Amino acid sequence: MSPTTAIAAPSRRRGIPARGLFEAIAGPHGIDRYLEQINPTLVLGECRAEVTAVEHGSEDSVTLALRANRAWNGLRAGQFVQVSVEIDGVRHNRCYSPASVEGRGRELEITVKRHPEGLVSNFLADHAQPGMVLGLSEADGDFHLPATRPGSVLLIGGGSGITPLMAILRTLCAEEYPGKIALLQYAPDPSRTIYREELERLEAENPNFTLSRSYTRAPGAGELDGHFSPTHLPQNDPCFTSAETFACGPPALLDAVRGTWANGLEQRLHVESFVPPALFPVGEPGTGSIRFAGSDLEVENSGASILEQAEQAGVPAQSGCRMGICHTCTCRKLSGSVKNLLTDEVSAAPDEEIQLCVSAPLSDLVIDL
Amino acid sequence: MSSTTESQIPLTPEQIQSFGEELDAIRQRVLADRGERDANYIRKVIRAQRGLEVAGRGLLWAGVFPPAWVAGTAALSLSKILDNMEIGHNVMHGQYDWMNDPALSGKQFEWDNACPADQWRHSHNYMHHTHTNIVGKDRDIGYGVLRMSEDQDWRPYYLANPVYATLLALFFQYGVALHDLEVERLRTGETKLADKRKLIAGIWKKVRRQTLKDYVIFPALSGPFFLFPLAGNATANLVRNVWSFTIIFCGHFPEGTHEFTEEETEDESRGEWYYRQLLGSANLSGSRPFHILSGNLSFQIEHHLFPDLPANRYAEISTEVREICERYGIPYNVGPLGKQFGSVVKKICRLALPDRKPRVDNPPAVAEQSGEQERVPVAV
Repeated sequence: MSPTTAIAAPSRRRGIPARGLFEAIAGPHGIDRYLEQINPTLVLGECRAEVTAVEHGSEDSVTLALRANRAWNGLRAGQFVQVSVEIDGVRHNRCYSPASVEGRGRELEITVKRHPEGLVSNFLADHAQPGMVLGLSEADGDFHLPATRPGSVLLIGGGSGITPLMAILRTLCAEEYPGKIALLQYAPDPSRTIYREELERLEAENPNFTLSRSYTRAPGAGELDGHFSPTHLPQNDPCFTSAETFACGPPALLDAVRGTWANGLEQRLHVESFVPPALFPVGEPGTGSIRFAGSDLEVENSGASILEQAEQAGVPAQSGCRMGICHTCTCRKLSGSVKNLLTDEVSAAPDEEIQLCVSAPLSDLVIDL
Repeated sequence: MSSTTESQIPLTPEQIQSFGEELDAIRQRVLADRGERDANYIRKVIRAQRGLEVAGRGLLWAGVFPPAWVAGTAALSLSKILDNMEIGHNVMHGQYDWMNDPALSGKQFEWDNACPADQWRHSHNYMHHTHTNIVGKDRDIGYGVLRMSEDQDWRPYYLANPVYATLLALFFQYGVALHDLEVERLRTGETKLADKRKLIAGIWKKVRRQTLKDYVIFPALSGPFFLFPLAGNATANLVRNVWSFTIIFCGHFPEGTHEFTEEETEDESRGEWYYRQLLGSANLSGSRPFHILSGNLSFQIEHHLFPDLPANRYAEISTEVREICERYGIPYNVGPLGKQFGSVVKKICRLALPDRKPRVDNPPAVAEQSGEQERVPVAV
């Protein structure tokens, strides 16, 4: 069912008779399908956000200030949201970690780094402008500041992995956090460093905050040099053995960090992987496995259509024409790549609807069935 | 493929193969070209429908004033027609699934009609579109109550064929809602009512909601003048019923369209499937607004060849499809609404009576059992 109908029931239970009446007369489409005709952010059952400002922070990134609609419940510093943007008629979803201060209501800020072949990042960098409305999800993820603030905080960020750390740092500075904060930032060179000026300003204004940067392609330009190594860690408070540590960035950085935090320190380390929204690899037909998420079943890919493989595995799949015309078997593919056997079209992005009867896997696959 | 079918199709296997490939090429081209234009189109239609609906409901609220009643009823009729035809029918085919927008997802869409969307998707998208015009499999042939083909054996029950057709037209949304129940199979004992409990519960839930909205809540909002919105809503539902019945019956039943037997469509190739869709469907000619109000089902042929292509593309590709048909010598049935519907009415009346020619048992081909001269002979 649509999100609109999904939320209608609980609100009726909460005893808002007018809402129930509105949903009854707005049926079957739901009240949001009318409200959005007046203004897309008026919808009650779906989070959406309007772009209020666009800033081209570094040469390969853009920072968007967003105002979420009333359906959105806010976030904790460090969490991520899913943002939907429509490009040439097709909706694409991507996860971003807002860099906004916790508790600022419905205002949030995301920074989008251009990836050479990134459809969404390039679209937003080129076309985002105030007034544009984007789809939004509720904030999610365990990577956030604990409600009881720790004694000291160590932040380690690589590339655009700086954004959730920025949310944590800004939040701590805004609430005049008394403990020590250190940030190790890894970036290719000063011109491609997100939040450079603001970080320098925060360091000047907050004596408890120390900023150390390493420019991996511009040795000597920062306080540190090279990729992460334990020697980069501050010697005194916030010492990595006692501070609550948040690390976010590409997998290689996180692997190096995890290695250092072994031997009982793991519980103080929070990591979040930040990888470009890469498409799933396209492999050989007939390899890999299919996982049916709803049925909690996994089978070896036989190379046949996903519908046939689901039926063989005993997964309750709906089916009809078995020739790709009736869309009865249409299902959401959560991850992996598939080929449409009629059109040879490859679907390699996460979260796309596919027709099971005419699709065959090209990689490990997770199907919402 | 059975030998019967081979004798019927006037094309060589090579021809039917290349015919199928030419149609596949059109499909591929449009699939690759779908984009913002199609998204904007369907959103524009939805915007118009929502506007007409709100205006219609508002005017009918004040329906005690005759001009408001007339304008409100007209607006609501148009709204229901757009909702069911150009939006509901087409979105539920999955024509806009590629947009990845939950509000336009074929599997989630629900329409302003007594028929629950999930049952419609089964009876229409699957049963009707896969088994188009196969007597005994495509239950759209007569909806289980009418005799629409000589291949349905005549019984005295069918003497009232025109009466049933009129009733079906007037109450079409309920006819469609009961479609998946397969009433005629219940009657013959092929299926049991007990097996249909879930289906009935679904229909009851949807009918109750629709009834509550159109015949209780909206009239109640007008207080003592409740009769005016009540009559307006009933009229709008009636107008939509008769309109959609007319368009849908013109899609498969004008003279010249063909029915098929289960035997002759066994092991069909893709080319043969296209061929059957073509012979079983008929188009309506008309203006652009007419095509939009028909849900582009005026391009029934293109819709049946490519049921999941965005309907706003059918007009564009119809010239190509027609050209291909001419080249292969395949009849392309098109005519204005008056002519096509006239021939449907004639057929409904003619089939009320027993066939003039005695039926041949196990006829070799569809075309040969019909005595109609206007039928295009397809047998070689």
